[in-house]
Amino acid sequence: MSHALILASPGSNFTELAAWWLLAIVAVSAALGMIFTRRAVHCAVLLAVVMLILAAMYAMQGAPFLAFVQVIVYTGAVLMLFLFVMMIVGISSADSIIETIRGQRLWAGLAGIAFLVLLILAVGHAAIGPAAVAGPRDSSANINDLAKLIFTTYVFPFEVTSALLITAALGAMVLAHRERTDPKPTQRILARRRVAGAHPTPLPGPGTYARHNAVDMPALLPDGTPSRLSVSGVLANRAVEARQAGEAGGRAAIGADVLEPGEPADIGEIRQPAEEQPADVDPSVEEQ
Amino acid sequence: MISPAHYIALASILFVIGGVGVLIRRNALVVFMCVELMLNAVNLSFIAFARLHGNLDGQVIAFFVMVVAAAEVVVGLAILTSIFRTRKSASVDDASLLKY
Repeated sequence: MSHALILASPGSNFTELAAWWLLAIVAVSAALGMIFTRRAVHCAVLLAVVMLILAAMYAMQGAPFLAFVQVIVYTGAVLMLFLFVMMIVGISSADSIIETIRGQRLWAGLAGIAFLVLLILAVGHAAIGPAAVAGPRDSSANINDLAKLIFTTYVFPFEVTSALLITAALGAMVLAHRERTDPKPTQRILARRRVAGAHPTPLPGPGTYARHNAVDMPALLPDGTPSRLSVSGVLANRAVEARQAGEAGGRAAIGADVLEPGEPADIGEIRQPAEEQPADVDPSVEEQ
Repeated sequence: MISPAHYIALASILFVIGGVGVLIRRNALVVFMCVELMLNAVNLSFIAFARLHGNLDGQVIAFFVMVVAAAEVVVGLAILTSIFRTRKSASVDDASLLKY
């Protein structure tokens, strides 16, 4: 428990102030970055930064139990759930920058500034004194006292939260469950479908190691044209999404930076499998 | 000693940033994350007040806020996936069927 003891003990005057400034600056810039980046994944990573900093601040304020709960529950569980849903919804889902309500952003920013001024005035007038000298500051005492409070004074709310958690789990199952409307295809049906389909053989592999070390490069057919079948349909769809996002953002065509050799594949900016490839592919084939 | 006012100031700044994020972002996931940021900011102020008063009631309340936030995220994300399944969109602008 020695680490927790160190965490729980409030630092000296200067140490805590310096730590506060450092953490606060990083937290505020990460939070600002959260509302200004367009990609949801970047948002999640910046939120993780803010949450970890808040955990450190809980530890600085003599709440080691909550600091660990913050790391485990928020950074560990909640954010991973966010990322999991992001994988379902589409990792490259970026916000459109077209305003549906005219001037919404401006007014939202003004409202935020006004609210901040209000809060600053309220907090500034509150005359918050120095922290009361609490009892024992080591972590085991903190956890024991918290347990005493939760299981005596707050025992009824604690029981109610268990009901809430069970209801939430049930609700999530009901909402996310999808009834199967057609019978599940058996292996026999799948095999028949495959033989009857256009491609009974396995599809061609991607052009990995042909020119790039990336799975989204299409394989080349003998005449030098890229094979559309060799790239997973998911990746092709993402390339279309990325191109639409790029056009919406007013950026230059993604194809411009696509064809630099040796560039690692970015999830968002998948190389175009079919359309932009031939212009680059043909000369190399002629060289051979 | 550093006063709890520092932490409360930081909490209010983070709360305002989260609120502005809720207002200006249209991706439902990002809106959710901004709500989480607001809840976290409030937790920070609860813990600062617990330290200010020298007791642990604020920490217990922050603990309950975390529990409620976890339940909220679970249900909210389930709703989001079911909306995405029917509408193929995670934007809050597209869920506007009741408007017309």
